[in-house]
Amino acid sequence: MSWNWEVFCKSTLEEDFSPVCFGTGGETTYLDWMLSAWGWTLSVSALGLLIAMILGILMGTLRTLPPDNWGTRALSTLGNVWVELFRNIPVLVQVFLWYHVVPAIIPVLKGLPSFILVSLALGFFTSSRIAEQVRAGIGALPRGQRFAAMAMGLTTFQCYRYVILPMALRIVIPPLTSESMNIIKNSSVAFAVSVAELTLFAMQAQEETSRGIEIYLGVTALYMISALTVNRVMGFIESRTRVPGFIVSASSGGH
Amino acid sequence: MKKNLLIAAMLGLGLVSGVQAAGTLDKIKSSSAVTMGVRESSGALSYTVGDGKYAGYHVEICQRVLGDIQKQLKLKKLDVNYQAVTSQNRLPLVVNGTVDIECGSTTNNATRQKDVAFAVTTYVEEVRIAVKANSGITSLNQLNGKKVATTTGTTSVQLLRKHEKATGVDFNEVFGKDHADSFLLLESGRADAFVMDGSILAGNIANAKNPADFKIVGEVIAVEPIAIMLRKDDPEFKKAVDDSIKKMMKDGTLAKLWDKWFLQPIPPKGNKVGLALSTSTKDAWANPNDKPAEEYAKK
Repeated sequence: MSWNWEVFCKSTLEEDFSPVCFGTGGETTYLDWMLSAWGWTLSVSALGLLIAMILGILMGTLRTLPPDNWGTRALSTLGNVWVELFRNIPVLVQVFLWYHVVPAIIPVLKGLPSFILVSLALGFFTSSRIAEQVRAGIGALPRGQRFAAMAMGLTTFQCYRYVILPMALRIVIPPLTSESMNIIKNSSVAFAVSVAELTLFAMQAQEETSRGIEIYLGVTALYMISALTVNRVMGFIESRTRVPGFIVSASSGGH
Repeated sequence: MKKNLLIAAMLGLGLVSGVQAAGTLDKIKSSSAVTMGVRESSGALSYTVGDGKYAGYHVEICQRVLGDIQKQLKLKKLDVNYQAVTSQNRLPLVVNGTVDIECGSTTNNATRQKDVAFAVTTYVEEVRIAVKANSGITSLNQLNGKKVATTTGTTSVQLLRKHEKATGVDFNEVFGKDHADSFLLLESGRADAFVMDGSILAGNIANAKNPADFKIVGEVIAVEPIAIMLRKDDPEFKKAVDDSIKKMMKDGTLAKLWDKWFLQPIPPKGNKVGLALSTSTKDAWANPNDKPAEEYAKK
């Protein structure tokens, strides 16, 4: 098996090669195409992650509400149902549900591009996982913190806003890092509903060029770069937001 | 320990390439076994009927070819091992010697001829358009601004792109992850047309809820020779395979096989593909050749 890396410089239309590996004058090379596919992968992941973070933190918090009255009980049931619903359906099935089934029930959604639909599917799926982690983070806090906040006369909302969430969210940054990296990898399911992202590019380009190994290695490298970048960004956020003396990552001792 | 394994693996590879250099016929003769590459679901050309059994037009041709080779080599018995391949791995598996003869639905094109050889073309595919019967679309040029579905990982995508560039007709492509998915796009109205190999369109329409709702229209967008794939630089094996196929072309066996696989009910469900023999395929049988798709396009 000999390598043929020039395949990336090949035009997607003709049998010729571009000297700079980037198409000029309306021409596209496989490299151009791969980079645009990378853009789609990152866009789907970013929008999905945004949806997942907002909904995940909201639902995770709702699940920990104290059962004081019927209102908070209803909200925490909502959180439980949400998590169980989206956690128990495979992500590919959810993508198909959003693409084929939901628009059949709500015709307005038919007008939405598949990019939005797949981001919703990924976001909702990941939100159920983030909700579990946020709940675990809140559960990891000493109960005394909540009691202290209540003793100071804070309302439930203020209690979460100023005492519980700022600490809990810091605790769950490491698992959130994993989720953020997972969503990039999970975004490969978007190929199934016609989003021109990296997996679709890989499947199509290897068929057209018969250089599957080079194409897949290129795509693998881009996935790794993306996931690793997210990892480093989250690592930076983790170190910047660390509360001295509270969350001890490597050294001994606890709080 | 690890080092020993590595050396063993290298020796193993060396052995395989040694056999390859000696030619596929010698390999078959010395081992009394041959590995046939088959597809899980390539229409009536090559598919599984369950239980690790494979059938189809190309599979049966290969079985007959291997029967002829067995006679030619005067082997008492010849074990045929079936190896399922995919679009992604079929070329590497033939090149590295895992598969001796690939009987699936591989297009013979110039790019692939750099790595592998093809037997004489036994089937010529016509790329066509399927639309809803009531859509009023009859030609590719009417698809301007319309949504056109096709399947990821097929040459049709590239064909559409080239056609778009050549004629200035601008359509929006939507990609199904497999043929059934692309057909669903057409059925559910997410696409106005489905551009794909004629046999696949015919098969999907035949299996639709209401086959009368769909029809295949318009010009033949491209023809592609589909052939049995072999290892490159093995003229003896290629000649043996070609001779056997040419014999079947002459004595009418291929016409009978066409009738059996494309017009009669086929296992396991007893569906009919209902694909009449095209003139391009007839031509290929009358003048046996292994020309790549690019040569067909020039005509």
